[in-house]
Amino acid sequence: MKKIFGRTPSLTDAPTHYCGGCGHGIVHRVLCEVIDELGLRESTVGIAPVGCAVLGYDYWNFDVSEAAHGRTPAVATGMKRARPDLTVFSYQGDGDLAAIGTAEIIHAANRGERITVIFVNNTVYGMTGGQMAPTTLVGQKTLTSPHGRKFEEFGEPIRVVELLSQFRGTAYAARTSVHNPVEVIKTKKAIKKAFQAQVDGIGFSIVEILSQCPTYWGMTPVQSVEYVRDELVKYFPLGTFKDETGAKASAV
Amino acid sequence: MAKDAVKHDKIAVDRERCKGCGLCVLACDRKILAMSKKLNKKGLHYVEWNDLTNCKSCTLCAIICPEAVIEIYKES
Amino acid sequence: MTTQKVLMCGNEVLAEAAVRAGCRCYFGYPITPQNEISAYMSKRMPEIGGVFIQAESELAAINMVFGASAVGVRAMTSSSSPGVSLKQEGISYIAGAELPAVIVNVMRGGPGLGNIGPAQSDYFQAVKGGGHGDYHQIVLAPYSAQEVSDITFLSFDLADQYRMPVMILTDGVIGQMMEPAVIEKKEVRNLLPKDWALTGCRGRKPNVVKSLYLGDKVLERHNLKLQERYRQVAAHEVRYDAYHLDDAELIVVAYGICARLCKSAMNDLRAKGMRIGMIRPVTLWPFPSRIISQVAGTGKSFLTVEMSFGQMVEDVRLAVNGKSGVHFYGRGGGEMLTREEVLKEMERLYAQLRGGKNV
Repeated sequence: MKKIFGRTPSLTDAPTHYCGGCGHGIVHRVLCEVIDELGLRESTVGIAPVGCAVLGYDYWNFDVSEAAHGRTPAVATGMKRARPDLTVFSYQGDGDLAAIGTAEIIHAANRGERITVIFVNNTVYGMTGGQMAPTTLVGQKTLTSPHGRKFEEFGEPIRVVELLSQFRGTAYAARTSVHNPVEVIKTKKAIKKAFQAQVDGIGFSIVEILSQCPTYWGMTPVQSVEYVRDELVKYFPLGTFKDETGAKASAV
Repeated sequence: MAKDAVKHDKIAVDRERCKGCGLCVLACDRKILAMSKKLNKKGLHYVEWNDLTNCKSCTLCAIICPEAVIEIYKES
Repeated sequence: MTTQKVLMCGNEVLAEAAVRAGCRCYFGYPITPQNEISAYMSKRMPEIGGVFIQAESELAAINMVFGASAVGVRAMTSSSSPGVSLKQEGISYIAGAELPAVIVNVMRGGPGLGNIGPAQSDYFQAVKGGGHGDYHQIVLAPYSAQEVSDITFLSFDLADQYRMPVMILTDGVIGQMMEPAVIEKKEVRNLLPKDWALTGCRGRKPNVVKSLYLGDKVLERHNLKLQERYRQVAAHEVRYDAYHLDDAELIVVAYGICARLCKSAMNDLRAKGMRIGMIRPVTLWPFPSRIISQVAGTGKSFLTVEMSFGQMVEDVRLAVNGKSGVHFYGRGGGEMLTREEVLKEMERLYAQLRGGKNV
């Protein structure tokens, strides 16, 4: 019997603190599998956000930093510009990226920083108790939109990768999900392309990953992945919004 | 594999680190997996199976596992 | 750029000194009166293969410094009062993550948008810590273009040696005034290699650079480590100038551009036989409390002169601890103190002291 699937070296052996069924654990795994498959572990620096993934440094078996809320793209910029030989990724949640860190993410993309952003969109602030986030759906109930988010009051959810794919500096922008194994495989492919865009020095890369949050959606894990499939994907369409990895890679 | 892993020929699961989310059960299209009635040390039901003959080591369950505690084996 | 004497404004001397001190990353944002620094860096950094970014905000800039420093590269940012307020969160994170960093504040009138005149009203923010948590940054206040250069070299070494933020505190005058200066490193410190930096974990265990310390007593232990480091800095890095303390009956305490005015006025009055002395703090943190405390006592009075409504005067009072009278003279709102008004105030106070003996 040959082992054909197991934990990849870039994942530490630490058990995670994530709620059962949460998408973060899946994203961590495929991210680390990509880093190992591209042979980048020993030259990678990851940045954990303020949010559920703030403990990333316990789970990632390579150099990690942890930045102020929303500032990871700026920290990543400083790192990559200072040491272009390093592979730098910024792991962020929807509050971190699309609320307090909006300026940082837009300008990092517009400058075409050769960094990779892993953007986990679960439509709520998980770490702090399930508040409404910039990506909370209209009508979705959260700790701070108890009667459902109303457009007239708090606007519509922000579609981040569509926004960022308009910049010339953005080399790769895709949205995927982890609500079933097929989508997890697509997420891994997208993350690999994003890292390839960085390694080839083409430009800014981001993968937005829809992620189930059973706890703060008030659902079982199985219900939460079905909610992603049936509701979330309608508002946040999956797919690749920009991909210059092929073109420029040959030019480089 | 972790010390608490229970290994059958094609699949091994670290039962103490399974959080009972059930996503692997959902993902297995051959309906081989199920949540155990028993609880692990954390008081969570863990995944178990009784008959692996239909298992083709397709790894779907391992791919969806948020805890990365499922290992898959295949005849080489 | 040779190392012979040049005539440059303080801001540009600072930028060139930073480059020669090994700064390879500069992140700025436009704000008067420090614009010369970023303009200079935008030309100079590319020349030496360094990094120049005009960030989207001062807040982003300080976080870029966090990133560059975390991978072991000397980095700097500069701004002026309102922009430095935006950097306070980042500075607290840099202190908590034990990262070296050099931050320049060319102070202007405040609060709020204030004006673009020179001021010293950010003393509390700089010295007491403008961000959250028990932390310090070393704060140095040069009062001439030459000292701007010397202090800039020193700042990068102090930051690396103690792995903490270092702030160079000047003001619109020091920044804009052109003076001759020789831009060269004067002190040599042997610094440890940065084996804590995030350089890729080849051949070692992964490094982590963070300021989050959850868990029972973990953050307390981390703070105790920082507090011990601050004690070391206070024990070894206090810098000040002192003039005529032995016979002085009135001791002026002033830093930066104020110290220039007071020194000149002091010399005039000493020529007229008035026993006036001066202490010029160069490190505002760690503050030169010991010399002030030693000198304080009967027959001595202090006059603190600041371009603010009185901030450093509180630290002077703490050091004097009631052993002498401590007086204050200052103007705020970006107004420039004049030598004449300072001289008049010193003369008035000196006469009053002579008249009433131990005031």
